[in-house]
Amino acid sequence: MTEFRISRRQMLALGASATAGAVASVAAPGAGANADSRPREAVGLLPTSNVSLEINGRAVVLQVDNRTTLLDALREQLRLTGTKKGCDQGQCGACTVLLDGRRINACLTLAVMHEGASITTIEGLGTPDQLHPLQAAFVKHDGFQCGYCTPGQICSAVGALDEIERGVPSFASTDPAIAPQVTAAEIRERMSGNLCRCGAYPNIVAAIIETSEA
Amino acid sequence: MRSLIDLPARRASSDNVSPAHDSAIGHVTGRASYIDDLSEPSGLLHLAIGLSTRASAGLASLALDAVRRAPGVVEVLTAADIPGHNEVGAVYPGDPLLAEGEVRYAGQALFAVVATSLRAARQAIALASVEYVDRPPSLDPVEAIRQGLTVLPEHVQCRATPAPLDRTGVLADDNGTSEQRHAGPDGNWRQALDAAPHHVEGEQFIGGQEHFYLEGQIALAEPWEDDGLRILTSSQHPSEVQKLVAEVLGLPLHRIVAEVRRMGGGFGGKESQAAALGALAALAAWRTGRAVKFRMPRETDMRFTGKRHPFHNRYRIGFDDDGLIHGAEIELIGDCGHSPDLSEGVVDRAMFHADNAYYLGSARVIGHRAMTHTASNTAFRGFGGPQGMMPIENALDDIARRLGLDPLDVRKRNLYAPGRDETHYGQRIEQHLIQSLVEQLERDSDYRTRRERIRQYNAASPVVKRGLALTPVKFGISFTAAHLNQAGALVRIYTDGSVLANHGGTEMGQGLHTKVCQVVARELGLPLELVRISATRTDKVPNTSPTAASSGADLNAMAAREAALTLRSRLYAFAAKRHALAPDSLALADGELRATTLEGESFRLDWAALVQQAYMARVALFAEGHYSTPKIGYDKRAARGRPFYYFAYGAAVSEVEIDSLSGEYRVVRADILHDVGESLNPAIDLGQVEGGYIQGLGWLTSEELKWNAEGQLTTVNPSTYKIPAFDDAPIDFRVALLEGHPNSEATIYRSKAVGEPPFMLAISAWAALRDAISSIGGYRLNPRLDTPATPERVLFACQAMRESDPAKTSRVAVQAQP
Repeated sequence: MTEFRISRRQMLALGASATAGAVASVAAPGAGANADSRPREAVGLLPTSNVSLEINGRAVVLQVDNRTTLLDALREQLRLTGTKKGCDQGQCGACTVLLDGRRINACLTLAVMHEGASITTIEGLGTPDQLHPLQAAFVKHDGFQCGYCTPGQICSAVGALDEIERGVPSFASTDPAIAPQVTAAEIRERMSGNLCRCGAYPNIVAAIIETSEA
Repeated sequence: MRSLIDLPARRASSDNVSPAHDSAIGHVTGRASYIDDLSEPSGLLHLAIGLSTRASAGLASLALDAVRRAPGVVEVLTAADIPGHNEVGAVYPGDPLLAEGEVRYAGQALFAVVATSLRAARQAIALASVEYVDRPPSLDPVEAIRQGLTVLPEHVQCRATPAPLDRTGVLADDNGTSEQRHAGPDGNWRQALDAAPHHVEGEQFIGGQEHFYLEGQIALAEPWEDDGLRILTSSQHPSEVQKLVAEVLGLPLHRIVAEVRRMGGGFGGKESQAAALGALAALAAWRTGRAVKFRMPRETDMRFTGKRHPFHNRYRIGFDDDGLIHGAEIELIGDCGHSPDLSEGVVDRAMFHADNAYYLGSARVIGHRAMTHTASNTAFRGFGGPQGMMPIENALDDIARRLGLDPLDVRKRNLYAPGRDETHYGQRIEQHLIQSLVEQLERDSDYRTRRERIRQYNAASPVVKRGLALTPVKFGISFTAAHLNQAGALVRIYTDGSVLANHGGTEMGQGLHTKVCQVVARELGLPLELVRISATRTDKVPNTSPTAASSGADLNAMAAREAALTLRSRLYAFAAKRHALAPDSLALADGELRATTLEGESFRLDWAALVQQAYMARVALFAEGHYSTPKIGYDKRAARGRPFYYFAYGAAVSEVEIDSLSGEYRVVRADILHDVGESLNPAIDLGQVEGGYIQGLGWLTSEELKWNAEGQLTTVNPSTYKIPAFDDAPIDFRVALLEGHPNSEATIYRSKAVGEPPFMLAISAWAALRDAISSIGGYRLNPRLDTPATPERVLFACQAMRESDPAKTSRVAVQAQP
């Protein structure tokens, strides 16, 4: 626990030199850097942890600054950039991934909290040659325009359909005692955490409903 | 001997009518990269900016030593570090890249920190010490106009007589001030207005709108060959990024390359205001000799960049017993923020749309450009047009309720029609679509039956009230700055027959690249997959116009078509000579050349074989194309002319249901009929129409920007600034494109622009909310409903309606309720 026995002031200073992920190559300062800008490895006091994850079916061990969000770990350390950063505060849903099959805003959770977890990102759902049915349905129904929210929408839709299948009620469910069905009202409610500024909502709903019927 | 290249077997031709977005597979698999997703150059530095916390102040001191000493910091930049101009104003000066001597809004950039990590850069910002000398800020645009605080002069459009052909007395030779003008030969406009049997008047506040592109503003600059710089920018206007970077650094334009592959949404917010990011990243790269990336946290993005202009509008309309408008006086005050930016065009476009789709008779429209100490407001889908349409839509409902008529009947009576076809700025309406379009939508949406049903429902429902409204849209297509109405393209054919195109437009999700590929493929008779568009780059096509004003496909697809036609002509000439073909018989279709030989025999040649033969015969297989929009011109001094090549039309019927005790509401159904001429891609166009309506709905209902008394924006993230979510879209949404009406002008395949016009269809939802509220007063009173019409505003309007006594006020309550 010695790594945590540092003062608040040190903590701030150290934080200032930390990259959001553990990308060592970025930390090399070039000409013009002053003496305080040593790479944090040289400081040697950062509270880092190793975390083992299964990401898109592959086991990985990451060494992360403890403050690293799952989103930054995915994007900056693993270069899985399909998962997007829209607001970085859990309001837009662009960073949605599947954690042990459940959807989660990757910007609102730390990587170190998920030792042993299995994570599926958009890259793990399908490939251009072998699209996940939801991915194919989004193409068919034009369920996007600019595409920035799309990976989050698709991951969220996978989770939403799974919740309905497991009988998890939503605010839109008329009777919690009755297993919810895939209806437009259910999809609209369950997808309400994923914003699409282009307003492709009607097409996204159509894509999700069609996938569930297949 | 090997052939030039081993050609793969040809794949089946794709759907060339409504092909999916060219990045569709990339988007759904997460492989379509935005700037922040790209592999980072080695030694990449990160930039963050320190913002002013004051709206208006002198900058007494800026102490940055602690910032410079912070861990990871490589460089700290202030205005003094700028080698060229400290100015990134798009059209007029007024937007310093970094503050110099004073600050003009809370959120203005004071200095920039460049560090080895993003976290280091952002944390170092907090170590700065700034001393301000506060000045009283201008925060009220109406008061600003009273005090003469403007970013640019006012503009007046005036028509003295309702006779469409009579131009006497109009501002033909006027050099005077607007006051002199009004007393001058066009003074008749007021007489005609005053002489009308009835009048309504009122005022309204129309709120602004944050763009909230899901991909925040971003730029990445890296040192390039020959002391140059390459800038990857999320910009709708890469040529302007190139120009402003060059000016900031004092370099010639040919040293700077700006490149845009795609944006995660733009909506106008990345038209002028992406330049500051490009320029700061470039300045930092220039100073450090390293690649620099600049992406702001969402909160900084929202404080730093401008928004849709809020407007304060006033109107006075004269009309007769049938609701026919005789005259109109409309005053528009655009809140421009602290600098001109694009406000000349925005307020002009608001004025050009003060008539929306209606003949106003004698009319005077005045537009003011108020200066307030807020971020400089900028382009946003519709570019002032939506704000400009709101007074007349407000007034038409007022008139209908005043006369006890259905608002739709009053609207239909006033639509432009043959004989009543000249706008208040002198442009003649030539394609009369709006009458029949509205009538078709009225039938298709079952308007009359639903109107009756809603009246019955409301009579029996004391709390929940329903409202219905149909509003039309007529939107002018062309940049009002005439020189921007041009585009260039470059098309290359490689020796395997694959085709690469570049053009001046940028892709922000609207499907522009898809449409341009379709056009090139069609002209060369190729399956779509043989045509590809790479990034928009200023070294491929120079001097490009912004992808804005809905004009992306109109301009760039025409330019690409020109280039493709040049190539086609060359290939035809070559093939005719080589194979002795009848010159009139040549056609490129389905990936081959078809012709008749001079002997009258049928001839076919595979596309790739044709290309290879042409190459071996030393035929140039690349060509450029250029297009400029014909017919347009507006004389600003005379306030008359033809600013628009044509108009795009549409109409929407919205039905809403409000809870009059809480103010909460929902849009239960929306029916849209929209005119895109001969659609280039119906699937993409439908998406634009639906998305435009939903985004417009956000502007008018849920998206509320709030500033505190110090001029600081308080709605700086999506937890407090609410864009529409899934459940805000209409529950029952029926959208159709108008068929059988090609553009009367010779646009690309007779299509029409589609980006902005549908945005204003959402005005129907706002009018339906007013309709529902007015049902409380028996449809006799006109509620004032400023926007965004949040549940709070709806509730207050319902309360005001209940507190009024309809029996006493029904004949006089044409003015807005407090």
